[in-house]
Amino acid sequence: MSLRKSRSSALLVYGTVFVALLLMLVPLPRFLSVLRPPLVALVILYWSTMSPRSGGILVGFLSGLLIDLLQGSLLGEHALALSLVTYLAVRMHLMTRAKPIFEQGLLVLIGLLLHEGLIWAIDGWSGHPLNNWLRWLPCFTGAALWPVVVGVLGRLHAPR
Amino acid sequence: MATVFRRTPSDTSSRDSAPGPRFAFFALVSVALMVLDQRGGWIDDARFYLQSATQPFLVVMNSPRSAVSWFGELFETRESLRAEIAGLRTRERELSLSQLRLEALEHENAQLRALKAAMPPLVTRQQVAEVVSLELNPLRQRLLVNKGRQDDIFDGQAVLDARGLLGQVSRVGPWSAEIILVTDPEHAVPVQLARNGLRSIAVGAGNSGELLLPYLPVNSDVKAGDLLVTSGLGGVYPAGYPVAVVTGIKRDPVMLLAQVRARPLATLERDREVMLVWFDASHPAAPVEKKATELPQVTLGAPTEPDAEAAADTAATDNAAPDPARTPGPDTKDTP
Repeated sequence: MSLRKSRSSALLVYGTVFVALLLMLVPLPRFLSVLRPPLVALVILYWSTMSPRSGGILVGFLSGLLIDLLQGSLLGEHALALSLVTYLAVRMHLMTRAKPIFEQGLLVLIGLLLHEGLIWAIDGWSGHPLNNWLRWLPCFTGAALWPVVVGVLGRLHAPR
Repeated sequence: MATVFRRTPSDTSSRDSAPGPRFAFFALVSVALMVLDQRGGWIDDARFYLQSATQPFLVVMNSPRSAVSWFGELFETRESLRAEIAGLRTRERELSLSQLRLEALEHENAQLRALKAAMPPLVTRQQVAEVVSLELNPLRQRLLVNKGRQDDIFDGQAVLDARGLLGQVSRVGPWSAEIILVTDPEHAVPVQLARNGLRSIAVGAGNSGELLLPYLPVNSDVKAGDLLVTSGLGGVYPAGYPVAVVTGIKRDPVMLLAQVRARPLATLERDREVMLVWFDASHPAAPVEKKATELPQVTLGAPTEPDAEAAADTAATDNAAPDPARTPGPDTKDTP
């Protein structure tokens, strides 16, 4: 991979993460906001699976830190959860890439549930209310959206 | 963040060959940040400056609306502006009429409180802020507004809209502030029924149209349609601002407490602009924490002072020099 190409793909990674963070902030009606897919996590999962060189744990950490600042959650909470998910995705990227898209979706679901579970645990540790099962819904909508994410980002990533 | 970049300069070439150490490093940094943030202290200042990193997002989020409003103002017709002016004039006339009555009432109130003059206005300063983004889900009900430390916004400041109480400032950044709404499940506001003064606490239900009053006994005097106003307890909100209207009461005889629901008066979902207010701490309706030290001087001070002095005098004379010739009245009562 030439330097110019890696630089442009890093730009693409940060650009798409920026857009995903913006979409996270877009106000939605109540019933939709409950289902709002974790787009930032999905985008980061895509890059760390398909292009682990330009993605990587730094992207996960930084965007998690931005989420913490934007949402006012405990500083480092989303950063830790996203770093963990990114690490697992980078570790298993060769295996995941070879799977059909449906199985990839299942793996993404596991990753998102892990991500939400870690945030749930940290929320409990830092004394936030936990009695709402609705927080698990976005994991499922996110996994259902995985083929769309792959389609859109794949088009940007390797246009043909 | 700069240290993160500096620590791993040689890693860029073999980034994916060794993700383990990188992950361990970032995990450690995250955990350290979380522990520090939970403890508070100097990390609050760090967080305040890091908050400015979110400014690009807020600017981008706000740009469509500011563009629309700019174009709207540009192409507004003369007629619509005239109509608006006419509407505002009638509204101004109505307001000034009720203001006249209000001043009379304030003087009357001051007389009833046995004060010499009317109190200064409760609100000393107000600042309109635009809503940049809003988060209305069952877990969090928050607003982000485009005013921050630059405009002297402080943590715990009360936020209103034209109809009622909206919430309070929960986090301040350099140019932005986060507002926790009264409907957030982590928020509770001390309220009072306007009809009979019954005090309770209104907790957010995580739904932008609903508040819950979970601490009212089954037999308490609540009716649908009752107005809830802030009680002034708790040290954040001043007394007497409208919060919500009771919409429904469920009284289960088996349960100890009634289940009371209320609808907030502020239009949480539709507000584009909110009002941040500063209160005069010496006003009797100001938040009670500040009032506790000042209230005795203002209202009770004048009538009780002579009595207190007299009591002190008699006590002093009793202790130091019991002189029957000097103190005929009080001492004869005390000594037997």
